[in-house]
Amino acid sequence: MSDPQAELTVALWRGAAQGRYETYRVPRRASQTVLDVVTYVQRHLDPTLSYRFACRVGMCGSCAMTVNGRPRWTCRTHVSNVAENGRLQIGPLENLPVIKDLATDMRAFFEKWQQAKGTFAPSRTRHDAIEQIKPDSPARIAADAAIECINCGICYAACDTVRWSSDYLGPAALNRAWSLVSDERDSGNRARLAAVAASGGCHACHSHQSCQEHCPQLLNPTASIAGLKRRTVAAYLKGELKP
Amino acid sequence: MTVRLYIWQRGTAALMLPLVLVHVAVIFYATRKGMTAADILARTRGSVVWASFYGVFVCAAAIHASIGLRNVLTEWSPLQDRGAGWCAIVFGLVLLMLGLRAVFAVVLA
Repeated sequence: MSDPQAELTVALWRGAAQGRYETYRVPRRASQTVLDVVTYVQRHLDPTLSYRFACRVGMCGSCAMTVNGRPRWTCRTHVSNVAENGRLQIGPLENLPVIKDLATDMRAFFEKWQQAKGTFAPSRTRHDAIEQIKPDSPARIAADAAIECINCGICYAACDTVRWSSDYLGPAALNRAWSLVSDERDSGNRARLAAVAASGGCHACHSHQSCQEHCPQLLNPTASIAGLKRRTVAAYLKGELKP
Repeated sequence: MTVRLYIWQRGTAALMLPLVLVHVAVIFYATRKGMTAADILARTRGSVVWASFYGVFVCAAAIHASIGLRNVLTEWSPLQDRGAGWCAIVFGLVLLMLGLRAVFAVVLA
């Protein structure tokens, strides 16, 4: 039995959909993050380990994994906060196909952003004057509350509705749609509201709030989805939406 | 679930909320007064008010429950939207038939 103060016992998922957890011994360090642990394994114990990361400072959203059963951003998750008796279990994100080891195929996640019309549709050209937006206007406050998403996929992995319905757009895509619906400069709301009001859209959300619970940026996609529900219902009752 | 189904389900839920409260109050009243079936039928037979009350209640419950069942089937069974939709329609019609039959029984029988 190793000393949990000096050494971590780390179980890492190896393989794709079919695979197993393999155990590694990793020295414990001060201020050690879960990403540090995974990197140590790949650089010192098994160079065939596949995982994904980029910035290491919580900006890029690349390094999300399942740590002791919860989806987390591993670069900003300290081992001291999550290790249980010196043990870590690290797997790929749920609700996404596993490519290999800890790397998931995130194409469906990003394709759903496109399905939800998550692209800004400008209402002015470069020849027009820049529109003045008051930072304290209700619409801008609503947009700002949803805008700091880093596309990490943690909410998508934590969402029960995504698990049950493969066509559900998911919290991140709907949160993005809400930030644009609230953006006074955007002109794409008719198509966007139609996209999120269709089957698999915002009305599939059960408000379990797992997205809010797990979001590392402390965003509240559930509230964004509730906003979309209100806007789509209003648009439908006005005859602006044809389901 | 589409926005149309969402509005129907939430709308029928809002409609049923006061109806359920009245229904529960009626049950308490009838049991605490020790009313027999004959006493109750004497008050409900030919009553347009009770026919309307429970007729609306049955219609709202059939719509609400069938949309809910459709959601459960699409999420927890292999059925897709179309198959789950047909199952929900059949379920809703059965509920409607059973409910309206009960309403007729206490109002018209």
